[in-house]
Amino acid sequence: MTAEQKHLEVTLQTQVESVNLAEEMCLRVAEAAGFGEDDCYRIGMSVREGVINAFHYGNQERPDKKIHLAVDLTDVKMVIRVLDEGKGFDLASVPDPLAQENLLSTSGRGIFLMRSFMDEFDVATGRTGGAEIIMSKRLPLPAAAPNGNAGQQAAPKQEA
Amino acid sequence: MSLQCTFRDAGTVTVVDFSGKITLGEGSALLRKTIRGLLDEGRMKLLIDLGDVDYIDSAGIGEMVTGYTTVKNRGGELKLLNLTKKVKDLLQITKLYTVFDVHSEEAEAVRSFK
Repeated sequence: MTAEQKHLEVTLQTQVESVNLAEEMCLRVAEAAGFGEDDCYRIGMSVREGVINAFHYGNQERPDKKIHLAVDLTDVKMVIRVLDEGKGFDLASVPDPLAQENLLSTSGRGIFLMRSFMDEFDVATGRTGGAEIIMSKRLPLPAAAPNGNAGQQAAPKQEA
Repeated sequence: MSLQCTFRDAGTVTVVDFSGKITLGEGSALLRKTIRGLLDEGRMKLLIDLGDVDYIDSAGIGEMVTGYTTVKNRGGELKLLNLTKKVKDLLQITKLYTVFDVHSEEAEAVRSFK
């Protein structure tokens, strides 16, 4: 890891409150990195959806399982990883929520929203054997960031 | 900000004013409880005012769809009023904007009920 990279990693309980906590933490990093209001909204929503996915589908809302959130800030992008302790899933098998037959489905839009709001999105099998959502957003151009130093003020190193 | 809800009558239509966030947990639960409670009171024409709701996640969207289908299956109508830009954008990218009957003016929305 270079000196320009910043890393934040926390372990969250499998509970509803973790969704808000994860979103708030990532929003602070995104704001400090110089993202504008719209991008912060998209990043926050994506983190929220990633943690909801881990809470509900991955960990099956079981309190004995954990949610692992990691944020990396490089000189070009913000990378967010959300890892659960479930059985993993095949991204290709997720139904398309925009298909006519799924429009009135009461669930299944989280993956779609993360894909829509982030620049890169993928799901892998993580070290726990569960699903690891990996998504990223390119940093705003330096000229658009306060003092031209996007990404330099963010991300305290923390283990919880 | 947690979700708040009040409702009022506009003729035979019940206007339900929400403010706050409709998200996983208390927000989506309040939306569900409110709609079912109003249906149980025989209020079958529901106009949901989202003018003070600027944040809905996938759980909230799912609950809105549940409300829509529940009302429809019981012979009623559920329409939306005063979407904020973020909520409108969200409904557009999920293609739900064409599913819901969306209005921006209350009197016209009330008149649109059968």
